[in-house]
Amino acid sequence: MRTSFTIALLTLCSAFVVIFALAFDKPSVRVAPSAPGPRTLEDQTRTAVIKDYMASWNTMGQAFEANNPALLDSEFVGSAREKLANTIEDQRKAGIQTLYQDRSHDISLVFYSPEGLSVQLLDTVEYDVKILDHGKEQASQHVRCRYVAVLTPTEVRWKVRIFQSSPS
Amino acid sequence: MILRLIFASLLIGVSAAAGQSALPGVPATVTAGTAFSIATSGSGKAVFYIVGPGEAIRRDVQLGDPISIQAGDLHNAGHYTAALIGDSSTQTADFDVTASEPATISFLAKPSRLPVGLSASISGVTYIFDAFDNLVLQPQTVAFELSVNGGASQTQSVSTKNGVAWVKLNSAAKAGPAQFQARLGPVSEKRVVQQVSGDPCNLRMTARKSGNRIELETQPLLDCQGNAVPDGTIVTFKEAYNGTETTVDVPIKRGVAKTDMPDQDGALISVATGVVMGNEIQWRGGR
Repeated sequence: MRTSFTIALLTLCSAFVVIFALAFDKPSVRVAPSAPGPRTLEDQTRTAVIKDYMASWNTMGQAFEANNPALLDSEFVGSAREKLANTIEDQRKAGIQTLYQDRSHDISLVFYSPEGLSVQLLDTVEYDVKILDHGKEQASQHVRCRYVAVLTPTEVRWKVRIFQSSPS
Repeated sequence: MILRLIFASLLIGVSAAAGQSALPGVPATVTAGTAFSIATSGSGKAVFYIVGPGEAIRRDVQLGDPISIQAGDLHNAGHYTAALIGDSSTQTADFDVTASEPATISFLAKPSRLPVGLSASISGVTYIFDAFDNLVLQPQTVAFELSVNGGASQTQSVSTKNGVAWVKLNSAAKAGPAQFQARLGPVSEKRVVQQVSGDPCNLRMTARKSGNRIELETQPLLDCQGNAVPDGTIVTFKEAYNGTETTVDVPIKRGVAKTDMPDQDGALISVATGVVMGNEIQWRGGR
């Protein structure tokens, strides 16, 4: 009886920890109900763009943590991919890692090109960045800034082609 | 126990954050590719970091000496965190690197080929970049110009918003290759948009007897702006007689389409190309 109670309690605690961790890891996302233009942005396209953009943050975090630029391929293309990959290469050479954990996104879609070949969005994002030097945490910082991203359609998804933050 | 661990790690995190102080002397904004320096105080060795998605720098430094960032060290625009880690102190600061002067235009013109005389049918989209491939977010004025040899040109100046400027222009009345240019100061990009004639206007044919056949020939095919419809465009002739129908598809050669069909007294002959219908002839044996 006592053993069963302990197992049940442990299971409950484990579930709580998982929920707790997920609640902390998943950023909050707010998308402004804007009509970017000049091309009409259908709801399905809007949803796909936001989903792929959010996935790009997750991918970027993994790539920077692992110092593995190949991970970028699934979400980034062109100059965005090239710049991020160069930074990861610099990190690897210097023996450092950076851990990015995005906490919140406030996204506005601002431009959808006439031929549907690019979507631009602005994202006021809050994230935590930690600097690790040879595996040892050196510093952490909470950051709030505005990102400008341009996504272009590929065979199966939207990929980030321009990814640049600016003074908010 | 698990909750205790979570709270302990949270407390450690808070303590770590509390151990950090602001790093003075870091400029709030730096132009991409420019040099700057950060004064440090104290003595002993330290490690200096600049990290962001755009760059990662690590340097061993001597406290008390300024930290010099050379021109070109930081050339990717973005938000960065600087950290100076000494034996007993951790100092951090945030700053932004902004794009420098516009140096290149990424210009997408669509479509590459279209009929003449269509309004708001040609789109041009430009993204403005500096020499380091950073998107220039400060508003810039881009001049778009669409011109055809011997025809009037269309010009429009558009201010960029978030690094983008776009325009929609009409295709010209005159067929031919149009030069579509986007210009920003000394920087320009050019694309060629092929403007072809539109659907034919007033498709008309004539018929004449030739032995036991009817020779059919169209007048020169022109669109509504007077441009010649290109050779190779298919023209369809139909002859309906006594419940049967004969169809012949003919490409335009030297501006006209011609064919021959059986001489059937009382036949109804029609001509069409694409969705454009021409005239009909009720054939009376050439009388």
